[in-house]
Amino acid sequence: MNATLTDHAPTSAAEEAGQTGPRLRTRSEALAATLPPLLADASLLASTVVLGSHGRRRAGMGDEFWQYRPMGLGDEARQIDWRRSARSDQHFIKEKEWQAAQSVLIWVDDSQSMTFSGDKNRATKSDRARLLALAMSVLLVRGGERVGLSTIGQLPRSGPVQLMRIAEALTSNRASDDYGVPETRGLPFQSRAVFISDFMGDMAPFEAQLAKAADRGVRGALLQVIDPVEESFPFDGRTVFRSMGGTITHETLKAGDLRSRYTERLAERRERLRMLARQAGWQFDVHHTDASAQAALLWLYRATERVR
Amino acid sequence: MLVLGPLGFTAPALLLALVALPILWLILRAIPPAPIQRRFPGVALLLGLQDDETQTDRTPLWLLLLRMAAVALVIAGFAGPVLNPQDSTQGTGPMLVLVDGTWADARDWDRKTARIDAALAEAGRAGRPAALVSLTDLPPGGLVFQSAEAIRTRLPGLTPKPWAPDPAAVADWAGGLDGAFDTLWLSDGLERDSRADLLSALEQRGSVTAFESARPVLGLRPVVFEDGLVTLTAVRAIAGPSRSVAITAHGRDPAGIERVLARADAEFARGETEAQVALSLPPELRNRVTRFEIEATRSAGAVTLTDDGLKRREVALLAGEDRGESLELLSPLHYLEQALVPTADLIEGTLSDIIMANPDAIILADVATFSEGEEAQLQDWIDRGGLLVRFAGPRLAASDVSRTELDPLMPVRLRSGGRSVGGAMSWGEPRGLRAFSESSPFFGLSVPQDVAVNAQVMAQPDPDLADRVVAALEDGTPLVTRRAIGDGQVILFHVTANAEWSTLPLSGLFVQMLERLAISTRSAAPDAAELAGTTWTADKVLDGFGAVQDAGTLPGVAGEDLAEAPLGPDLQPGIYVGPDRRIARNVLDAETRLVPVAWPARIPVEGLQTERETPLKGFALAAALVLLAVDLIASLALSGRLRGPRSTIAAALALGLILPLLSPPALQAQVGDGPQPDDGLALRATSEVVLGHVITGDNRLDQRAYDGLYGLGRALTARTAIEPAEPLSVNIETDELSFFPILYWPISVDQPLPSVEAYAKLNRYLRGGGMIVFDTRDADLGGFGNNSPEGRKLQALARPLDIPPLEPIPTDHVLTRAFYLLQDFPGRYASRDVWVEAAPADAQTIEGMPFRDLNDGVTPVIIGGNDWAGAWAAGRNGAPLYPVGRGGAGERQREIAMRFGINLVMHVLTGNYKSDQVHVPALLDRLGQ
Repeated sequence: MNATLTDHAPTSAAEEAGQTGPRLRTRSEALAATLPPLLADASLLASTVVLGSHGRRRAGMGDEFWQYRPMGLGDEARQIDWRRSARSDQHFIKEKEWQAAQSVLIWVDDSQSMTFSGDKNRATKSDRARLLALAMSVLLVRGGERVGLSTIGQLPRSGPVQLMRIAEALTSNRASDDYGVPETRGLPFQSRAVFISDFMGDMAPFEAQLAKAADRGVRGALLQVIDPVEESFPFDGRTVFRSMGGTITHETLKAGDLRSRYTERLAERRERLRMLARQAGWQFDVHHTDASAQAALLWLYRATERVR
Repeated sequence: MLVLGPLGFTAPALLLALVALPILWLILRAIPPAPIQRRFPGVALLLGLQDDETQTDRTPLWLLLLRMAAVALVIAGFAGPVLNPQDSTQGTGPMLVLVDGTWADARDWDRKTARIDAALAEAGRAGRPAALVSLTDLPPGGLVFQSAEAIRTRLPGLTPKPWAPDPAAVADWAGGLDGAFDTLWLSDGLERDSRADLLSALEQRGSVTAFESARPVLGLRPVVFEDGLVTLTAVRAIAGPSRSVAITAHGRDPAGIERVLARADAEFARGETEAQVALSLPPELRNRVTRFEIEATRSAGAVTLTDDGLKRREVALLAGEDRGESLELLSPLHYLEQALVPTADLIEGTLSDIIMANPDAIILADVATFSEGEEAQLQDWIDRGGLLVRFAGPRLAASDVSRTELDPLMPVRLRSGGRSVGGAMSWGEPRGLRAFSESSPFFGLSVPQDVAVNAQVMAQPDPDLADRVVAALEDGTPLVTRRAIGDGQVILFHVTANAEWSTLPLSGLFVQMLERLAISTRSAAPDAAELAGTTWTADKVLDGFGAVQDAGTLPGVAGEDLAEAPLGPDLQPGIYVGPDRRIARNVLDAETRLVPVAWPARIPVEGLQTERETPLKGFALAAALVLLAVDLIASLALSGRLRGPRSTIAAALALGLILPLLSPPALQAQVGDGPQPDDGLALRATSEVVLGHVITGDNRLDQRAYDGLYGLGRALTARTAIEPAEPLSVNIETDELSFFPILYWPISVDQPLPSVEAYAKLNRYLRGGGMIVFDTRDADLGGFGNNSPEGRKLQALARPLDIPPLEPIPTDHVLTRAFYLLQDFPGRYASRDVWVEAAPADAQTIEGMPFRDLNDGVTPVIIGGNDWAGAWAAGRNGAPLYPVGRGGAGERQREIAMRFGINLVMHVLTGNYKSDQVHVPALLDRLGQ
């Protein structure tokens, strides 16, 4: 599979906006305000990943050489590889590796809790999650795969236009819920899925969705994006904690005392997620927003690529 | 005032507020810190967690205590705490403020006047009449009390006097006291005989309080000069712990500016009241010293003026002929040397060398004639105040000097031959000396009987001979004659300077006569008998603070008074000038001891208490503020608000609170160390030849100059034996310039003018053989000297520089042939206006020579506007950095520019070596013969 490094997205966005008419002009302008940076970041991030083989490890339609095999019954004469056959008395047929495009569906948590950032110089969890999702999409599209975003509600597609759709969906308005639940609409059988969230909310709906996906034979990856502040809980004194949406509050007189119990609970949550992933045959990893996005992207890519 | 042990409170009622502290305790304790609202997604994980401790909604105990302490300190602070409170009791009735007013008071006069002022102010508030009396300046008549305010206005006029009170006058004044009054006696801390009587007289009138400063009284005894060492003795009144005082010698430097010439530390050993230090000063320096003083002590007693006793005259000796291997005792100069060595600095050498040294006196022993030039020089020197002393001898007797007409360097005409008396072949006895007449400078010297004259040169009887004789023999023939010439004089001893013609050089009289003639000086101060009958006028006087002032029109002082009378208004310490010498009268004499006052126990003495009243209000309030600041930080930390940038601010605040409490001197000690000279620069600049350029402050220009010198260095390395290292950028303000043979100075309009010190450095550099190439880089705009901004800037820059007259480079200047033969000096621009030091006006073309024999040395400046650095500039690969001209012609111009640079550096390093080629034809010509 050849990776195309050219980036068609911005030009096609402009074309699209131009063609659909002046009414969409303002919308596209607004879109362009955030799209190119996000897309550029994502492309930049994606360009750091060197594409490995994505073959199916069996003979089929494809570009890469797989094996020579003796000609058998039913093989057409035009399939014979004359160069190889001339070196022996047998006729050989050159087989290529089967390279089928796979479908990957990405779910990015767009709930309120993802808008948290522990430091004003640090991007929010949501920013990092969207960046990772789009970079993943860029990578997959470059590799010729079909990509979809669960919030779009369509089957995964390939091509730069799909990238534009994903980018647009990622920058559109977010949900007002405190915590998000994965969307499994339009998840094809035997496809791949990527769930990016902080997994801070209620576990029950998530478990249900994960089970539904596993039932469809879908494999995938769970990436917990988390702020370092959520990890270390560096608070002290009398504090009223409030969820991002404001629906949940908790007051404590001595926040410092809660630290150990909080981290315990966080580890517990993480362990549960890991166990769920293992049961469903998924991968699980944690990504901190102060760490390099590249490592997370690489992990995501390898996780969706894995063949069993 | 409420007094608790060593602590007193001025407003004790405020302390009642301390009762409120327990209430505050309860209030503070009940108020927990306000909660912080935080948005946090992880709250979902927190749900259901309970706090361990329920106590934490109260303020913690230590913070509570901190706050209570702060409040308690505020209350205590406003209650006006005072450490070691002193009750000031007010008296009634008139008050006398008595001041010693001596030099010993001057050391802290300000403090004393402040005390007087305070005392008078207090008296004024209490409505007491007051009087102010200085013992050194006693008022005529009895004691008059006035309103304290009126006295106060006179306070600024009160100054310490550089002498001690006159005991008789003090006793008189004490006897005239009447009425009842209290006395505040501001003592100078020195015991005097008159003190006890005065104290008892005052005590009869009322209570006496003394005030004494705790600062030690220091004095400096007159300087003693012995065995080539200047010995100074500092004395102090109280033998305290060991202490070192710096003694400085003041005088004029060669430029005539008063400054410190030498400095020495005298160490008082523990328990000693005297400290000696010996200084070894070169005669040149010693003769310039006008006074010694103890540094940082404003007092006339800490100053000692020097007079002729410290000075040594420079006397030049010259004998007519060297007798080869004759005996030492027969040497014409032997007795003179013996007489003068202890008291004068002798100079020997040829006459012209001697005159160059400008001695005070020249002694010629049997020198008859001079060359014409020498005679003129000698006359000139005498006119300027020189003292020429001549001794006769066989050569003078045999010569024709001053026979028919008076020789300008002789006092009288001489008869040919001279005479000899009392010899084997003559009649008569050797003649003795006649007593000196009153008009003679030797008047008063006793004539020993054993002085006899065997031979002498005879003076021609002239009408004015009698006026010129200062010593004569018994028979009236002149023995010593003198004549004034201009400001100086010529003295002739009609005998030899050795014992050949007379026994005079063997006698003590000879030394005294030389002394009287002010040829030699002596160290011992003259005594009263010696000074009797003379009158001296004050030249400089000391005031009480030890400042030297012009005497003005003080009346003259009789010699015996000068020697022995105590100092007073009529005899102020200072320098006194007599007929032929200067005598210093100092506050302290060689025997003075400083004895501290022993006050009787019944007299309260202020100013010596070790415990001083210290108000603590400021400290208490400051401590409260610090505690409150700590409380602020602690509260923030406790409530979890101290995170992120706030914690750094808090840390900075805490440091700011703590650091001033630590010893500030330790911090300040680091300030004030000036920049040290950079050895690295010196090493770099002197290990190899280094071209330097002046930093103008314009980065691009500086880079261009650097590149230019780098390119020039490459060319030099490639073509000549000069292999310069990397060029250096020179900051003329801070860097030493003398390492650089050449400085390239591109002129930037924005360049600041160098400081005065930098100009001094530049001038030193130029005088010391350095060269500065000024480049205005504006030759493309017009010739040099036009009104371009760079040209004007150059004029402003160069105005304070010591630049000789300039001219455009003449065609035969050595720059045209130092390495390459050049006629043009282009840089990026090709202007011929390049200026160098002008050739001397008398340089002339010699027939047949291609070049003039021009000035020696190297032109200190080259001024042009051709932007040479631009043409020389080369990158690390050797490629030129800036375009020059167009095409081949441009490259040619660059080459010529490079050649000019090479000639320039050659010229700087080899000087006028190529100029000497002028002489080559003549040399070849001679070799051929």
